[in-house]
Amino acid sequence: MSSREADRREFLKRTGVLTGVLALGSPLALLVPGRSWALDLKALTTTQGQVLLAFARTLLPHDKLEDAAYAAVVQSADADAARDPALRQSLAQGVDSLGAGFATADEATRVTALRRIESTAFFQQFRVRAMQVLYATPLAHVLLGYEGEAFSKGGYLTRGFNDLRWLPDVPAADSGPIPGS
Amino acid sequence: MASFALDDDGVVVIIGSGAGGGTLAHELTRRGIKVVLLEAGKRQTLASFSQDPGVAYGQLTWLDARSSSGNWAVAQTTPSAPAWIAKSVGGTTTHWGAVTPRIADWEIRARSAYGEIAGTSLADWPMPFEELSKYTALAEARLFVTRRNGIPGLPASNNFKVMYAGAKKLGYRQAHTGYLAINSRAQDGRAACIQQGFCVQGCKVAAKWSTLYTEIPRAEATGNLDLRIESMATRIEHNANGRVNAVVYRDAAGREQRQKARAVCVAGNALETTRLLLLSQSAKFPRGLGNSSDQLGRHYCHHVLGFATGVFEQPVRMWRGTSQAGLIEDEARNDPKRGFVGGYWLEMVNMDPTGVALAALPYGWGRDFADVMDNYSNLAALMMVGEDLPRAENRITLSATTRDSHGLPTAHVHVDEHANDIAMRRHGLNQAKLVLEAAGARRVLLSEGSPSSTHNMGTARMSRDPALGVTNPYGQTHDIPNLFVSDGGVFTTPAAANPTLTIVALALRQAEYIERQLGSRAI
Repeated sequence: MSSREADRREFLKRTGVLTGVLALGSPLALLVPGRSWALDLKALTTTQGQVLLAFARTLLPHDKLEDAAYAAVVQSADADAARDPALRQSLAQGVDSLGAGFATADEATRVTALRRIESTAFFQQFRVRAMQVLYATPLAHVLLGYEGEAFSKGGYLTRGFNDLRWLPDVPAADSGPIPGS
Repeated sequence: MASFALDDDGVVVIIGSGAGGGTLAHELTRRGIKVVLLEAGKRQTLASFSQDPGVAYGQLTWLDARSSSGNWAVAQTTPSAPAWIAKSVGGTTTHWGAVTPRIADWEIRARSAYGEIAGTSLADWPMPFEELSKYTALAEARLFVTRRNGIPGLPASNNFKVMYAGAKKLGYRQAHTGYLAINSRAQDGRAACIQQGFCVQGCKVAAKWSTLYTEIPRAEATGNLDLRIESMATRIEHNANGRVNAVVYRDAAGREQRQKARAVCVAGNALETTRLLLLSQSAKFPRGLGNSSDQLGRHYCHHVLGFATGVFEQPVRMWRGTSQAGLIEDEARNDPKRGFVGGYWLEMVNMDPTGVALAALPYGWGRDFADVMDNYSNLAALMMVGEDLPRAENRITLSATTRDSHGLPTAHVHVDEHANDIAMRRHGLNQAKLVLEAAGARRVLLSEGSPSSTHNMGTARMSRDPALGVTNPYGQTHDIPNLFVSDGGVFTTPAAANPTLTIVALALRQAEYIERQLGSRAI
């Protein structure tokens, strides 16, 4: 067997798949046929994917946010790891340092495990990635009430940019005219 | 658009197309001076500006890893990204918040006003305040700044209503929707702001002033501008007499090119300008161009920043509306009784969920962090921007560890904050907290960890004495008469104001000077 073939087999052996089921009424249900979802991993194993998903959920525990949102964080890490062998190795080592039982442990145990590795580059980089990716997902936007870009709808000028009513309005001198009015 | 030959030695080469370089290019070309404008980035359009913040960041940002050190938070939190600067036609004027307060008279004579302070390299600017003010007024007219020249302010948004209510309860007298280079009405051939809140991603209606769609197309229309995009300057060359005579750059295909020049103006933002001048060192100028005084890269300033985020019982929906249309002026004064010299501005800031998580909130994770984020709709936020004190050892150098795709060392940024900076941040964040609490916040989170710097100043400081700075009062290097710096690097001290308005003012003034120098054959 050539070394390239060995690499290929090793690569195939390592890759995995994450699966889940969408909640009833999930905003994603409109986008995917049926309620089950599956994420093919290009560089990470199923176990590694499950540990990283639990890592993301422990960092940013939104009980009303389904696993599909956290899977986006894993997908982002997996895509980068497929391009960057050094990252793949550092993710693998990081996952190993958390131990095989991490994904199924209770939250207090997971928090304790993360506190132990908080000063590592693995933790810090994954924390930033989790925030960048999770809070940019449509599922998180629905949870947080964030409405995103409004250019396609003419901006917020006519869509509530000044609809706060529980504080006094600002006098004209310190505000300004609404264009077109 | 014009096309000039590589061996045309009559052109002025400008490096960088942002607030300084883009404005200078327009001012020179409209006077009939031939300009080759080298821009390392691509050219976006209103249509191509992405509304996906992650994609937009990649479109506009200079992504090369840099390195950093010192006691500032950046060296711990984002060591490979000490600054967030643009690489795109229009430079940082594509992603800026367009906040344009004026520098104050006492700020440009900081050494006289503050006295001698140990551990600083304070100096007075080498120009009278009246001179700077004259060009600041011209810049305000050029940028159509709100609340100046009879232009109305922007209308108050939800986030601003919170800031305003708190400011008034606290007794602040000067709170309003700000001085912004954002159209409060259609003018200058550009639309009025539609309060979309995506200023940082590039304004898709051009309500926000950017050289991308004002100065640069107007310069092209003169027939005297040759804009070369994806053209990364790597070295400035000089002749035996010590005059610069060519700029070496990599074109879009990665080929090395060499453009001859009568004069060169570097406007790459303080980090990249310093890097290029250091990379251009030669036998005649072994410390880099313009650096016989050993002042190049020193006195680096980036402002005292901090964020305050309030959690309210009712919705604010701060993402709706112009990103930074809110200002409190009262703390922008020099009052040493507060425990520090210099002043700061309190500026409203809207952020998307990712921005809140990564920039506005203090470092964190877990249940409490997620609970704050769950309240995203009920958050209001403001930031402080204050004057940091220059220090000779706060310095841009060539990195020993990071390189760009051409194999050249990128910038290394070292910052040790002065005790005055720390005292100012403590005061500013406490005042911001009081504002939010006065408006009804049930909890306020303060972020002292400043994110990557966007205001970069002081590294080619203007001075009358060639031993004490890099450039004269016109941004002309003391060492090489036909080499200029045309960005925030020339600020002798940083003042508290967001720097773009002053960068434009100095570019307007520099253009007149260069025209005179060319006309008299001094260069």
